[in-house]
Amino acid sequence: MDWAHRIVVAVCTVVLGLALAACEREERRFREMPSGVSPSNVRLSEIQPGLAVTTPPTTSPYENNAYAISEGKRLYTQFNCVGCHANGGGGMGPPLMDDKWIYGSAPANVFATIVEGRPNGMPAFGGKLAHDQVWQLVAYVRSLSGLVQQNATSARDDHMQATAPGMAQPQEHPMSTKAEHPQ
Amino acid sequence: MRAPALWQHGRPSQVCLLSVTALCTGCAGMQSALHPAGPQATHISHLWWLMFWVCTGVFVLVIGFLLYAVFYPRQQNQPVTTPETERRTARVVVAAVVITGLVLFALLVADFRTNRALAALSTSQPLKIKVTGHQWWWEVQYEASIPSQIVTTANELHLPTGQPVLLELTSQDVIHSFWVPNLHGKKDLIPGYVTTLWLQADQPGVFRGQCAEFCGHQHAYMAFLVIAEPPDVFSAWLEAQRSPAVAPGDALQQRGQEVFLSAACVLCHTIRGTPAGAKAAPDLTHLASRQTLAAGTLYNTPGHLAGWIVDAQQLKPGNKMPPNSLTGSNLQALLAYLTNLK
Repeated sequence: MDWAHRIVVAVCTVVLGLALAACEREERRFREMPSGVSPSNVRLSEIQPGLAVTTPPTTSPYENNAYAISEGKRLYTQFNCVGCHANGGGGMGPPLMDDKWIYGSAPANVFATIVEGRPNGMPAFGGKLAHDQVWQLVAYVRSLSGLVQQNATSARDDHMQATAPGMAQPQEHPMSTKAEHPQ
Repeated sequence: MRAPALWQHGRPSQVCLLSVTALCTGCAGMQSALHPAGPQATHISHLWWLMFWVCTGVFVLVIGFLLYAVFYPRQQNQPVTTPETERRTARVVVAAVVITGLVLFALLVADFRTNRALAALSTSQPLKIKVTGHQWWWEVQYEASIPSQIVTTANELHLPTGQPVLLELTSQDVIHSFWVPNLHGKKDLIPGYVTTLWLQADQPGVFRGQCAEFCGHQHAYMAFLVIAEPPDVFSAWLEAQRSPAVAPGDALQQRGQEVFLSAACVLCHTIRGTPAGAKAAPDLTHLASRQTLAAGTLYNTPGHLAGWIVDAQQLKPGNKMPPNSLTGSNLQALLAYLTNLK
């Protein structure tokens, strides 16, 4: 009886220990060496002549890494993606939070779009961005339309951007109502 | 050779005392609340010394009474309490409580007077400097009524001596805290909110400041220098900072500028007088005039600068500067250009 008890306790300890070890959520990789990892099999069209050729997709190193996604969010603001795409809703540029992807939604496609630029206004950032920064942006852009694991997208930013709270905004004085309702 | 000999012939306690003394003298000056360089820090250090000596006195008294109680010879077979000893005990306790209350009240008054003295420093037309905290560096902006005369620099705060200066502190990301022990106490930088701090340096000197509120990975390496200069030297410095960056002087520097403008640098940094105008990272217009790199982490030498450009993550893991792969000749050209930005 006593032995059985001990064995149960030991097994429980080992299982709990293993479960705890599996709790690591993400790895913060600060020092990604500048690598040549750039996708070479980017296809902008689904259709093709003859048999369908399936090439293995280039996997993003940061697809489900919460830290990378939050870094991507910081860079998205910092490099003024906001200027055209707003916070995903689009403006001068197409929205990024819907399910329509003009040049493909795969990580490699988004990577190529950022690096090469696209006609009608998307600048080419190739050579101006470190590769791992592009991959962080890719992860964040894909997270806008729910293409990465839900639990990797944090509700809280790692880098809160400071904006003045509502009461710190200058008070606006609307014109008198006479001008708005001419007789 | 001297140290082992000392260790052999002297007692270890002497060696320890010597090294502690050496350590203390080594700390003197640059970042210490005990070496005040302005009126604010002088008030604070007076209060500090008052509290130190009062607390030392209280400590010695308490330990003295404790030792007296431990070693006081008590006669055997004598009852512990009698009505007379109880009355005496009551008198002693009341006296101790009254004395403690008086001491605490005196400290309260001293504290109140210090606070009033700290708040008294002001002037109607102060030099206004805007300090913005970023993870993990300091943006310093000298305000001017003409926009083209606004000077932006980083991690170095120049002050004219002998006049009050008004700092407007805010943060771009998380809460930081501005602390130059030689000049004043701490003041938090809060995102979306402006706090103010009056400073005055009386003597020219260089003081080290430090972020005093944990703000992430590189909080410990978020430092800056305060350089107090006579007013004429300060005006000359400010005038020099107002000018745009010097143009490349030779072919190598010219190529360095092209490298800067065509590589990733332009996405974050500004060099006034060139197309580089991003605001995410320190302004590099007069980089070579600054004493340190990476927010007080490294001395500003070409070697450190090269290491920082190529692999900043090795020097300050987690900071926002990405590694840059440049060919050797491009890096040399870039260094020639950047080290010329006086």
